[in-house]
Amino acid sequence: MEKVEKGKTRVLKGFFFVLLFILVMSGQRAMSMSDEDCLECHGEEGATAEESEKSIYVDAEIFAHSSHGEEGCISCHQDADVEEDEHPVPLAKVSCEECHDDVAEMYDNSLHGKARERGDDLAPYCFTCHGKHNILSSENLDSTTNVFNIPQTCGSCHQEGTAMTKTHVISEHNILENYSMSIHGKGLLVDGLKVTAVCTSCHTSHNLLPHTDPESTIHRDNIAATCMQCHANIEKIHKKIIRGELWEKEPQKIPTCVECHQPHKQRKVLYADSLPDSYCLECHSNPDLIKVGHDGGAISLYVDVEEFDEFEGTMHKKEGISCVKCHTNMDNSREIVCQGSGPVDCSSCHANQDLFYKQSVHGKKLAENDPNAPSCADCHGKHNNMSKQRVDSPTNARNVPKLCAQCHREGETAAIRTKSGEHNIIAHFSMSTHGKGLEKRGLLVSATCTSCHTAHSILPAADVDSSVNRHHITDTCATCHFGVANQFEGSVHSQQMAGDNTEVPVCNDCHSSHEIERIDQSNFRKHIFDQCGDCHEQESHSYLNSYHGKASLLTGGERVAKCSDCHGAHDIFPESNPKSLLHEGNAVETCSKCHLGANTNFTEYLTHASHHDKERYPELYYTFWIMTTLLTITFFIFGLHTILWFPRSLKERLKRRKAERRKE
Amino acid sequence: MSEKEIVYVQRFSVFARVLHFTVIVSFMTLAVTGMVLKFASEDWAGAIADFFGSFWVLGILHRIGAIFTVAYFVLHFVLIFQSWKKTSKSLLGFLFDKTVGMVPNLQDGKEIVQTLKWFVGKGPMPRYGRWTYWEKFDYFAVFWGVAVIGGTGFCLWFPEMVTILIPGIWLNVATIIHSDEALLATGFIFTIHFFNTHIRPEKFPLDKVIFTGAITLDELKHERPREYEMLVEEGRLEDIICKKPPGWLVFFAYVFGFSALTVGVTLVFGIIYAMVKSIF
Repeated sequence: MEKVEKGKTRVLKGFFFVLLFILVMSGQRAMSMSDEDCLECHGEEGATAEESEKSIYVDAEIFAHSSHGEEGCISCHQDADVEEDEHPVPLAKVSCEECHDDVAEMYDNSLHGKARERGDDLAPYCFTCHGKHNILSSENLDSTTNVFNIPQTCGSCHQEGTAMTKTHVISEHNILENYSMSIHGKGLLVDGLKVTAVCTSCHTSHNLLPHTDPESTIHRDNIAATCMQCHANIEKIHKKIIRGELWEKEPQKIPTCVECHQPHKQRKVLYADSLPDSYCLECHSNPDLIKVGHDGGAISLYVDVEEFDEFEGTMHKKEGISCVKCHTNMDNSREIVCQGSGPVDCSSCHANQDLFYKQSVHGKKLAENDPNAPSCADCHGKHNNMSKQRVDSPTNARNVPKLCAQCHREGETAAIRTKSGEHNIIAHFSMSTHGKGLEKRGLLVSATCTSCHTAHSILPAADVDSSVNRHHITDTCATCHFGVANQFEGSVHSQQMAGDNTEVPVCNDCHSSHEIERIDQSNFRKHIFDQCGDCHEQESHSYLNSYHGKASLLTGGERVAKCSDCHGAHDIFPESNPKSLLHEGNAVETCSKCHLGANTNFTEYLTHASHHDKERYPELYYTFWIMTTLLTITFFIFGLHTILWFPRSLKERLKRRKAERRKE
Repeated sequence: MSEKEIVYVQRFSVFARVLHFTVIVSFMTLAVTGMVLKFASEDWAGAIADFFGSFWVLGILHRIGAIFTVAYFVLHFVLIFQSWKKTSKSLLGFLFDKTVGMVPNLQDGKEIVQTLKWFVGKGPMPRYGRWTYWEKFDYFAVFWGVAVIGGTGFCLWFPEMVTILIPGIWLNVATIIHSDEALLATGFIFTIHFFNTHIRPEKFPLDKVIFTGAITLDELKHERPREYEMLVEEGRLEDIICKKPPGWLVFFAYVFGFSALTVGVTLVFGIIYAMVKSIF
């Protein structure tokens, strides 16, 4: 039995060898060197090169399980593919580029690749991170490029104390330690989250570029996009204070992610730590600090700490906003980090206000480089800007007229160039009911400049988008005078009744714009018929010929009935409308406001009748002409009588005087 | 002729003079306050309203003037009654008396013709009696004026009340009549009456008689020969001879008379200015 078994085994062995021979021979036809051939020398543990005595051992097991296990040795070590047993020593460096050409190109341009090109011995090559024969897919937990191992892989160089950190200047320190303490590091190392950010998430694997390179993922222009790979919705979170689109379009305007969330230390907002206010004030607390302006003049760069003090009500300081949050574009690589950082752009945070401002007349003038155009700081102040709630803030309701007056007071820049025809705006406002309410009685709800003109969307009244344009003024006034606006709705003068007629009056036609008076004050009442008369000329004229009109012209005449007393002010309706004060059902009551005991007959008094209108008012016409005839005849007869009498009377007197003299 | 020889005769009784004084004061008040309203757009009107503080004050003064007007209108009948009582004539006989009555008669017609002839030098100065025709016209003009202006004024004072009876448009009519009749009255008094009585050279600058009540006998003989003759004939001349008016009265006559003249003439100029302006 045993011999039979042995015979069978020999047959099988022989068959195996034949098969192996065929396989080997067929293989030899394609590549002359097999892995076995290689392993003959390199498979031996402890094998070393003959001259250098470096290890040439390759663990066949590990290689077989590596990403390249399917490939043969000579796929990479092409110069080892020789007919003879001996291959050139040393073999050429393996070129990964043969297969990974796209990655290789990135690497060549990267910080690492460039360093290598410079001949930096410490510059990593593919195998430094990926390994050699043990290359594993980054999906593999054992891979050096697996997300869990990346900090360690990178840290092999970028860790305090390595040869690289000792010989290279890198601005960030304790990177690996900081990372492991950061929210990203904790996520990875403590929570085992593989979706957390590791070195390559931000820096990329092969396209590593310095942050100064505009192509770099960590360049300040790109950093937002980089962070948003994971924090896709971060815009929404910050939108309340930062206009979203700025993240991508104009990132230089806003603090970039890392300026608040420091790189490698992302834990909470630690912005102040990178460029603390104390650092800025090292220079800027010096009252003599100046820079040279474009015109060669000195511009003070002094920042009064007292002024910029939270206890002084400085809004930004109160909110804990540090210098660099507004003064962006700091650059650590510059000797003076803030040099050339440019002006502060408030729109980074105050996006809506800026949008309105840019469309406003102020904003447009500024865009035209008009030297008189006010910028944010001209009204709000620079470091001392305060909440408008504070009584000492220039934008507090009570101080707004003073603020606007700086340019709009008669004789000042804006007042000189205005084309609106409005003059003495500030003085008139002070005398107006709004101005008195605000300035004398301290009524904060009283209208101030910005109440009508808005704070940021200021446009000339002629502009259809202006809050004080004819088409919007009713709405503007209605923000406070809601009840009056309600009455005005549907009246003869309202837009809905007037239709295409653009001549209908709006609030300021009767109430003026800056000289607004209480309607019960004498001056206002004395001008009502003028205002109505602007359009209702004939009615105004006939009114002035009536008792009411004539008395109105005299001192104390304000108490006499004015247009609005009979017709209504905001609630004027055609006489046919039962809502009209002059509708037959209401006329007696309307007259009775002054004339106690008025009756229907009384209301038939013709207020606007003219004795010149024969067709409509023949009674008055004939009365007038009878009276005129009577006057004319009387004066004619007696005038003639007097003219004839005068010379006779004169002669008579002279005659008498002569007679008297003769007697004497 | 020394002063002592000047003989004065009484022309107007105290009652008549007081009545005329009332007429002057109330008429001036009515004219000024009324014209301020009529010509309210004039600067002078505004200045007067300013002076009085308010047009409202003017309105009150105007109504007070109206009350006085009604008062003298009524009192004047008392004067007529008193004068009639002094005579032995019947009431109608007294009213239509050709010598002392105010009602115009044929003699006045003759005198108008004579006067016009005298004016143009075609005849002697007419021999006027106690009342000349223009004085009679003035008298009836006041009658007419008080009735018309007073009646319409009453409507305008109490419009709520009168419209119980009359339509509202009558108030418009009343306004026109009141205003134009007042213009006639004011214009007439401050030009024609002033000329006839004071400004004409024979009387210039002022005839004090309405204040002092007395004229000289010479004046009576010269200006009203018919009355003089009648008085002599009836033997009543002695009855009306009076003392020379006291100095204070003469002084008052000048001050008040000139004031009234000034106010009146100024107002007329204001009116003429406003009317001329409104034409051009």
